[in-house]
Amino acid sequence: MLKSTLLKAVATTALTFSTWASAQAVDLQFYFPVAVGGGAAEVIQGMTDEYMANHPDVKIDAVYSGSYQDTVAKVITASRGGNAPQLSVVLSADMYTLIDEDLVVPFDDYLTTDEEKAWLAGFYPSFMENSQTGGKTYGIPFQRSTPVLYWNKEAFKAAGLDPEVAPASWDELVEFGKKLTKKDANGNVTQWGVRIPSSGFPYWTFQGFAISNGVTLANAEGNKTSFDDPKVVEALQYFVDLSAKHGVMAPGIIEWGATPKAFFEGESAIILTTTGNLTNIKTNAPFDFGVAMLPEKEQRGAPTGGGNFYLFKGASDEQLDAAVDFVQWITAPAQSAKWTMATGYVAPRAETWETEAMKTYAAEFPQVLVARDQLEFAKAELSTYQNQRVTGFFNDALAAAITGQKTPEEALKEAQTQADAVLAEYR
Amino acid sequence: MRAWKLKRDWVTGWLLLLPAMVFLFAFTHIPAVNSLINSFYSTPRGKRAAKFIGLDNYERMIGDPVFWKVLGNNLWFAMGTIPASVGLALVMALWVNGRLPGRGFARMAFFTPTVLPLIAVANIWLFFYTPGFGLFDQLFGGLFGWSSTNWLGSPDTALNAVIVVTIWKEAGFFMIFYLAALQAMPVSLVEAARVEGANGWTIFWRITFPLLMPTTLFVSINAVINSFRLVDHIFILTDGGPDNASAVLLFYIYEIAFKFWETGYAATLTVALLVLLCLLAIGQFFLFDRKVHYK
Repeated sequence: MLKSTLLKAVATTALTFSTWASAQAVDLQFYFPVAVGGGAAEVIQGMTDEYMANHPDVKIDAVYSGSYQDTVAKVITASRGGNAPQLSVVLSADMYTLIDEDLVVPFDDYLTTDEEKAWLAGFYPSFMENSQTGGKTYGIPFQRSTPVLYWNKEAFKAAGLDPEVAPASWDELVEFGKKLTKKDANGNVTQWGVRIPSSGFPYWTFQGFAISNGVTLANAEGNKTSFDDPKVVEALQYFVDLSAKHGVMAPGIIEWGATPKAFFEGESAIILTTTGNLTNIKTNAPFDFGVAMLPEKEQRGAPTGGGNFYLFKGASDEQLDAAVDFVQWITAPAQSAKWTMATGYVAPRAETWETEAMKTYAAEFPQVLVARDQLEFAKAELSTYQNQRVTGFFNDALAAAITGQKTPEEALKEAQTQADAVLAEYR
Repeated sequence: MRAWKLKRDWVTGWLLLLPAMVFLFAFTHIPAVNSLINSFYSTPRGKRAAKFIGLDNYERMIGDPVFWKVLGNNLWFAMGTIPASVGLALVMALWVNGRLPGRGFARMAFFTPTVLPLIAVANIWLFFYTPGFGLFDQLFGGLFGWSSTNWLGSPDTALNAVIVVTIWKEAGFFMIFYLAALQAMPVSLVEAARVEGANGWTIFWRITFPLLMPTTLFVSINAVINSFRLVDHIFILTDGGPDNASAVLLFYIYEIAFKFWETGYAATLTVALLVLLCLLAIGQFFLFDRKVHYK
């Protein structure tokens, strides 16, 4: 009796306090991950502070939440504990997982006016592929990226290649790579031609090859994969052959994080990494470098990647309205341009590229435009229900093939069987 | 009167135990029992609640090739780290216990890895192991003309590379216990042996080593626990890869629970880990303890 009275008293007090607080100001908690070098976290914090200075009635607590992996773990844990943030940047590919866990609400309900609805149409369609499903918009593109090819112009010159021309096809990548791979007197490699990172999430860089070979890895419903498609096998065979047959890439698993450093050190002449590293490479590369789209086979192709804004359940309507307003502000041209220049992430709306600031920046640094132009050929990042698990099978298969433990065909067949077992219940 | 006093003693006893018990129950016993219960249920997802599925999770575990792989990896990891780190700790302790110039510096140098956070040192080692421009490749390439080795990126060497980092991290910590035990050892025993004409090896093998046995027991239990507990650096060094070649049991549990969100199956794996650790602890205390000479 005493206990229940006490609990009621506590609950009433808490309620009074919270209604009182919301009358004063809207409090928002916002998680954001950082996956690239440079000062991305400070830029986000700075923009949030700027927003609060202009909107004194809104208080936003921006929480740096580690990698993408850590962030999705944190939002799921926090939501299960009844403590969800109102807003978070999470991998766009985790959309189905968040829906499956019943944690997110679509943006559509909070975009009421025609003007706001039109705003949705302003994003690049390839970025919206992983943001919409079943006619609803769950994610708003923010720190979106795509892998691009960076090449060292000095190394090209030294190898007798035209420093202004990047390898445009799979065959050229091998051909250029052979010229760029240098060995010392003992036969040890001192400079590799190509470096495609394969640690952690090899599916992403590999997906560029699958798409350019004319195949998508998962359907739009996120419940069927095509890991053992002959074209995927062919793409993986090519990937494996880069080191096993042609000897233009280092053997074994190649570390993702050390890839920009390997480029600066001249360990590799061509690297594939996210456009989110562009500003980092621009600042630190001691030589002239070029940026190009991924090499083509049947077509140009690349996956999109990176994080979207999501709205979480459990928040009040005022909070979500405020959150949507914040998202609209931070993806608006002025802020978006600042963000792109600070990191290299692709500004997700065409209008940002039309601003004076962006035009001036692109005029003196045309490399920034490559990722945007590649969007025309980009497809959605691999994303399914139980995404981490299904991509986990695929990653294991890629690693097994790259390290020569299994043949590409064998490894991919196995991954497809495992994925089918998990996804069957979602069909 | 007497009964009242007895009762008061009893209450005092429980009150004294209470703080420790609260923490033990809240953070050890209740979660362990909860894991056991959850291991018989399916994973709740969104609107679907957990349902009782009996031993299904256990059947899945038995049939899961990755489980057996990480278990094998874990045994190899234990065999690689325990004897080496304990042995190295003993050698280092004997060395810095003797008279040598710069003794304080040597002690500090050996202990430094223990003080550094594991995640931070893993990042340093990541650079050491980097093929091409990493420290090891530059060192071995420069000295012996070895070709570049992808230590962390090939399945044959990844786990061993992780083991080396663990030994480096642990040996200094265990050394401190050995050093404390050596300092507490009466000098008269060694002096008496010297008078009897015993050589250095005999003194070590007949006097020092047996007297260190309680420390060895303590240290080796810690080493066994750590070999199942220390996984932080794996996240940085290899992320369990390639193809689970360097994943150990606890790492796999984390992956299943917080990456794949299969909490039911993760609970089952946790129960397996608990049973394994209990067996090891019982084995050590009952078998090893007999050989220990206490003063």
